[in-house]
Amino acid sequence: MNIITTARVKSPWILHFDTGSCNGCDIEILACLTPLYDVERFGMINVGNPKHADVLLVTGPANRRNARVLRNLYEQMPAPKVVIVIGTCGCSGGVFHNCYNMLGGIDKVIPVDVYVPGCAAKPEAIIDGVVLALQRLAERSESKPALAEALA
Amino acid sequence: MITPSIALEILVTVFALVVAPLAGGLLFGIDRKLTARLQNRIGPPIVQPFYDFIKLWNKDQIFANRSQLIYVYVHLGAAMASLVLLVWQQDMLVILFTLALGGISLVLGGFSVRSPYSQIGSQRELLQMLAYEPMLVLAAVGFYLVTGSFLVAAVFARGTPLLFELPVIALSFVLVLGIKLRKSPFDIAAAGHAHQELVRGLLTEYSGRYLALIEMAHWYELLLVLGIISLFWANPLVVGFGLSLLLYFLVILIDNAVARLTWTSMLKITWSWGAGLSVLNLAAIYVLSYLGWIGG
Ligand code: SF4
Repeated sequence: MNIITTARVKSPWILHFDTGSCNGCDIEILACLTPLYDVERFGMINVGNPKHADVLLVTGPANRRNARVLRNLYEQMPAPKVVIVIGTCGCSGGVFHNCYNMLGGIDKVIPVDVYVPGCAAKPEAIIDGVVLALQRLAERSESKPALAEALA
Repeated sequence: MITPSIALEILVTVFALVVAPLAGGLLFGIDRKLTARLQNRIGPPIVQPFYDFIKLWNKDQIFANRSQLIYVYVHLGAAMASLVLLVWQQDMLVILFTLALGGISLVLGGFSVRSPYSQIGSQRELLQMLAYEPMLVLAAVGFYLVTGSFLVAAVFARGTPLLFELPVIALSFVLVLGIKLRKSPFDIAAAGHAHQELVRGLLTEYSGRYLALIEMAHWYELLLVLGIISLFWANPLVVGFGLSLLLYFLVILIDNAVARLTWTSMLKITWSWGAGLSVLNLAAIYVLSYLGWIGG
């Protein structure tokens, strides 16, 4: 890995967006920041601003109300970026499946890199998911054409 | 014509410009590690600020308008210039005004975009400057009263440390450092890492490379303020550095022990405990030197 890729992998700033989940997975994400799991030791910071973020963590299903906001947040993040969906309802709709206002999983609206299933997903699973996403980020950062594509 | 003394001057300048951001970045890394340990966490490696910097530098470049970018360069340039002036042992007031120029530039950058977060953040940054500038100027006045000159060189020429005459003013730098570093309880304009006051206030509309440059300016500013604190014990300077690191540690401790204040409380605290006591310190010097107890 070259220095740029290393820096990207070691400093993922996370933006957390809740499209209308039951809040179960949100609590688990916040648990990752507590001293027990302490994700800051991997350089992860929970930022509130899409313009500063590298990783978008989405909880909850895609619905008609939030699709526009979700797409907007995704587009405001500067490349390279990765998207992780936390929880079953974000992966496929989960318990909200077939509700009248549902579009389905998050991937109906924006491209998703990693799916972390579980209702609710455990903090360990979330950290695993972020590690997987960072591998994706590293691969993308190493292969120039893919990066150019991602930047385009 | 390059004489040896000019060559030395250039060498020192380059050294300051290269080493200062490295040292500043490391100090911020140590800060994050210490903060994590104080919260019973492991914390990131101490080189984390450099990872952040390189990552930000290589991100896609998005900006709201071009004037926003000029303000970033002025901000960084002013921080660098004021540090160089300090290394050259120039006029204390000029150093402070250059620093203020950089601060104002960042505020203008925040005002130049339409984001309400950025606007409120800039307003608050102005309030923060209103809070710490009097203390800085009073410190310069204190230097003048004791050494008879605003020049930093005069501080070095003096044998006994300034700390004995200006203990309160030296202590007031805890407040200055806290505000400059965006630490609790004064992190109201744009909080430091992992806090999200106003979605990071006046930095809201900056991303990627420009955020990295602002971060770098911050490293220079840290070293500048620590350098000014070191002047309170200029002979030998090592003791001064020790003193400044002590105050830095104190600021980190306070950051972890207290919550964020509102801007009214910030102004009250800085103007009474900071500037107010500094004025008393200056008055005491007048009285003591009138009585002939201290020279000056
Ligand atoms: S996956 Fe389950 S626990 Fe998580 S947000 Fe959806 S419904 Fe709640």
